[in-house]
Amino acid sequence: MNRRRSPDDGATLEFPDVVGPTEPLLVVDDLHTAFRTGRGTVRAVDGVSLSVDRGRTLGIVGESGSGKTVLARSIMGLLPPRDVITSGTVHFAGHELTALPLAQLRQIWGAELSMIFQDPMTALNPVKRIGRQITESLRLHVDMDGKEADATAVELLRSVGIPSPEERVRWYPFQLSGGMRQRVMIAIALACAPRLVLADEPTTGLDVTVQAQILDLLAGLQRERHMAVILVTHDLGVVANRADDIVVMYAGRVVERAPTRTLFHDTHMPYTKALMDSIPRLADPSGTRLTAIAGRPPDLIHPPTGCRFAPRCPYVRDKCRESDPPLRTAASPDHLFACWFPLVNGISTAPARETAVIGPAATPPVGTEPDAGVTPP
Amino acid sequence: MPDDRELADTRSSQQLLSNQVPGLAAADELVLSRQSETLDSEDLLVSKPMGILFWLAVGWVGLVVVLAVVANLLPLPNPDFQNYSAINASPSLHHLLGTDDLGRDLLSRLIFGARVSLVVGFCSVAIGMLVGGTLGLISGYKGGRLDTALNAGSFVLLAFPAIVAVIAIVAFWGQSLFKVTVILSVAVIPLLYRVVRASSLSFANREFVIAARTLGATSARIVFREILPNVVPVAVTFGLITVAGVIVIEGSLAFLGLSVPLPTPSWGNIIAEGSSNGELSINPYIMLWPVLSMFLLLLSINLIGDRLRQRFDIREGLL
Amino acid sequence: MAKYFIRRFLQLVVVAFIISVLVFLLVHLLPGDPTVVILGPNDTAHNRAILDQQLGLNLPLWHQYVIWLKGVFHGNLGQSYLNHQPVTTTIKTGWPIDAELIIISQVIAFLVAIPLALVTSRRPNRALDNISTTGTFGMLALPPFVIAPIMVAVFAVGLHWFPATGYIPFTQAPATNLHDMILPSLAITAGSIAVYYRLFRSDLISTLQEDFITMARSKGLSNRRIMWRHAFRPSSFSLLAAAGVNIGALIAGTFIVEVLFAIPGLGYSLVQAVNQRDYLVVQGITLVVAVAYVVLQFLIDFLFTVVDPRVTRE
Repeated sequence: MNRRRSPDDGATLEFPDVVGPTEPLLVVDDLHTAFRTGRGTVRAVDGVSLSVDRGRTLGIVGESGSGKTVLARSIMGLLPPRDVITSGTVHFAGHELTALPLAQLRQIWGAELSMIFQDPMTALNPVKRIGRQITESLRLHVDMDGKEADATAVELLRSVGIPSPEERVRWYPFQLSGGMRQRVMIAIALACAPRLVLADEPTTGLDVTVQAQILDLLAGLQRERHMAVILVTHDLGVVANRADDIVVMYAGRVVERAPTRTLFHDTHMPYTKALMDSIPRLADPSGTRLTAIAGRPPDLIHPPTGCRFAPRCPYVRDKCRESDPPLRTAASPDHLFACWFPLVNGISTAPARETAVIGPAATPPVGTEPDAGVTPP
Repeated sequence: MPDDRELADTRSSQQLLSNQVPGLAAADELVLSRQSETLDSEDLLVSKPMGILFWLAVGWVGLVVVLAVVANLLPLPNPDFQNYSAINASPSLHHLLGTDDLGRDLLSRLIFGARVSLVVGFCSVAIGMLVGGTLGLISGYKGGRLDTALNAGSFVLLAFPAIVAVIAIVAFWGQSLFKVTVILSVAVIPLLYRVVRASSLSFANREFVIAARTLGATSARIVFREILPNVVPVAVTFGLITVAGVIVIEGSLAFLGLSVPLPTPSWGNIIAEGSSNGELSINPYIMLWPVLSMFLLLLSINLIGDRLRQRFDIREGLL
Repeated sequence: MAKYFIRRFLQLVVVAFIISVLVFLLVHLLPGDPTVVILGPNDTAHNRAILDQQLGLNLPLWHQYVIWLKGVFHGNLGQSYLNHQPVTTTIKTGWPIDAELIIISQVIAFLVAIPLALVTSRRPNRALDNISTTGTFGMLALPPFVIAPIMVAVFAVGLHWFPATGYIPFTQAPATNLHDMILPSLAITAGSIAVYYRLFRSDLISTLQEDFITMARSKGLSNRRIMWRHAFRPSSFSLLAAAGVNIGALIAGTFIVEVLFAIPGLGYSLVQAVNQRDYLVVQGITLVVAVAYVVLQFLIDFLFTVVDPRVTRE
């Protein structure tokens, strides 16, 4: 959509229609976000850099508490104005988002950059008809009158697969099922044809079959509109088939980043491996114990020195606890990882242990050689 | 009996089940809850001490109660004694708060007047809590026909506009401290029933109650050992707020001359006496002392109730 | 929708019926001969005999009730034994005055509470919010019988800005009427402002924390739009609920200011009747006010269904 309404406030931002093919659409550089709370400063996002090209899908994967939701909101700039400390830059379509005043950010939100929220039951206004929630966006950002907007809303609902959209456009959210509500969310997010959509856990809470439908829908629309998508999720399975690149987050940082194939075939970070192993597989016989990762995410107010995954890592060595591994490039140039002793071909490169291991000694996942020369305490 | 011994070891089986599953870590939780523009200061208040205002409030209420209780022992002139040589006297050493147009000592009337407000306030809520609260506790847990019937009954009773009903009953039944207390108790019962029932209901389906049931506890035991302790904070807080409400109703009644019969003083009727047009210009003190006292008393009770509400984390909507 | 409406209406009818029974029974709370009581101690035996016949006092109670109820539906609530004025006349002349007091005070209350809450809910715990919260908390401790005397002492007796008593009908002299009503209305308003402000603000604050508000922000909507288009409506339900709950206190307050300011509304008449032992008047006014109250609650409930789409459709 090329027609933009001129905003009531402030200067209009220019958005070149085509971003150069070699230029990424979104570049995040060393982003930090911290919250001041009564208990201390929580460093939710602690130095994240990433980029997304036009039309591509980036998956951001991590447990609850890894900071991925905060990251998504930080990229957009949708944080509470008080008690939040941010630093770093977010470059989007030629504009520096972190430097823009709120009035101009509002021109981008919904129009060029939009977000799909996790829980459609709470993210949709319960007392507003869904048609209105779509046309609201349209009328704000696009030069349309009421009638056009209504018609477009109906078409949008149709395009996300909602049956009888002419009728449903007047419905309230509580009248729809979970899956349909999520479709409505997608319709709202895509209404003004944004260049980048941030989908924050778009399928959590939905039935598995509905999950697949929603993700397929999103992928289809993305292809159609040549949109970029950032898919934030805790479920590696969700991004396995649908993301071009994957970023794995842990404790507010990027611990591994690679194109999907590479990530799965050439996993370096033990955490990533553990995530993969915890995905239940259809092929496994029923009754197979799910492999969970022992322990809990670290305290983000006082993060531990050294590698943040060290307390839970089955291959931990002294060096891991002493110093923080930097993000390094692997064999292929677009594969980054942060680990002293990465896995290579599924086997840890960690040397034999000199001292006894204290802490949650999770058994190494199947497929790796157990450490040689372990001396029990 | 073996059952009793097992259950006696746990203060409440709620503690058995209070295992916290490691939930969302701080950051995500923060983002998801901190979408308003600022830090929720209520977060911080729970761990803070109650504050000086709270203790001042407690102090005032305590003072009023104590004075009212020991009124007879205090060196005060009889509140009904009319001293014609000291009419409308200003405050002095002899009459600390002055006298009214009939020469009666205002301090004495104030303190004796406090009795009525306090007795009606606390007694009617106590009775209301005993009857309404117990019924609510049981009704909320048990459900069934009893619950439906009681609920409907409370709905009907609450449908009456309180003040009109009370005035009418007083008009036909007569005025006395006892009668007013009884009437207000009845008025308050459905209210307390409702609140306690809602609270009881909210706990009736929690895991620790189900756990107790499967351990073989009797209904009575469950109600009194498991649910009651959880309901107490809500009941106490709401009860306190209701006391303030009853004091207001009694005060209003007294102001209209429909509470305890004259010449017995009640803050409401002293205010009324002092508010006739003539009296206000001649001797505003008559009205002033009970007005100030009533204001401070209500303020204090509300403050205490509010702090309790924050401390127990009860959402304002419920109250 | 219709089913819900009918169910509520039936509840209304049942409650009104119960009220009528109880009000009817009130007279029987009195000790002694009802005719003496109703007609006063000084009336003739002849008149008492007539009344006896009229009310069917020797008939079973339920029959008496039916007779009485029939009378009510025909607009006959008896008459004052003192001036023989029909109770219905007293009520007809009295209720518009109550209505005026209530309307003025509620308009003021909403005009103050709503904008204040809209502003402070966006910036909680700043100066304005703290002042407002403290102020309204104080208002909760100032019921009409506490604040009205002070107001009269200061503004009427002290400053002579307003009269301390007296009433001129609106139809006679609208400006004076409104001027005279200011003090009594304000005395009733304080409590309402406090209740509305606190509940509305609290609801707004929790609504503003909902996900759909963040979502609205992410669409690029301005703060003002978000307040009015997204936050106001869901939060206004609590205002409506508060209004319903507040009516009881309003009635009490109205009675009090009428007595204090000598304004001839229903409250004034009622209290006077109680003091004069004019029982039929008491009974009549009680019935009418109680039924009006119930009807008002029903209307508010109905308003709820209109405003909140979830109530009936779920």
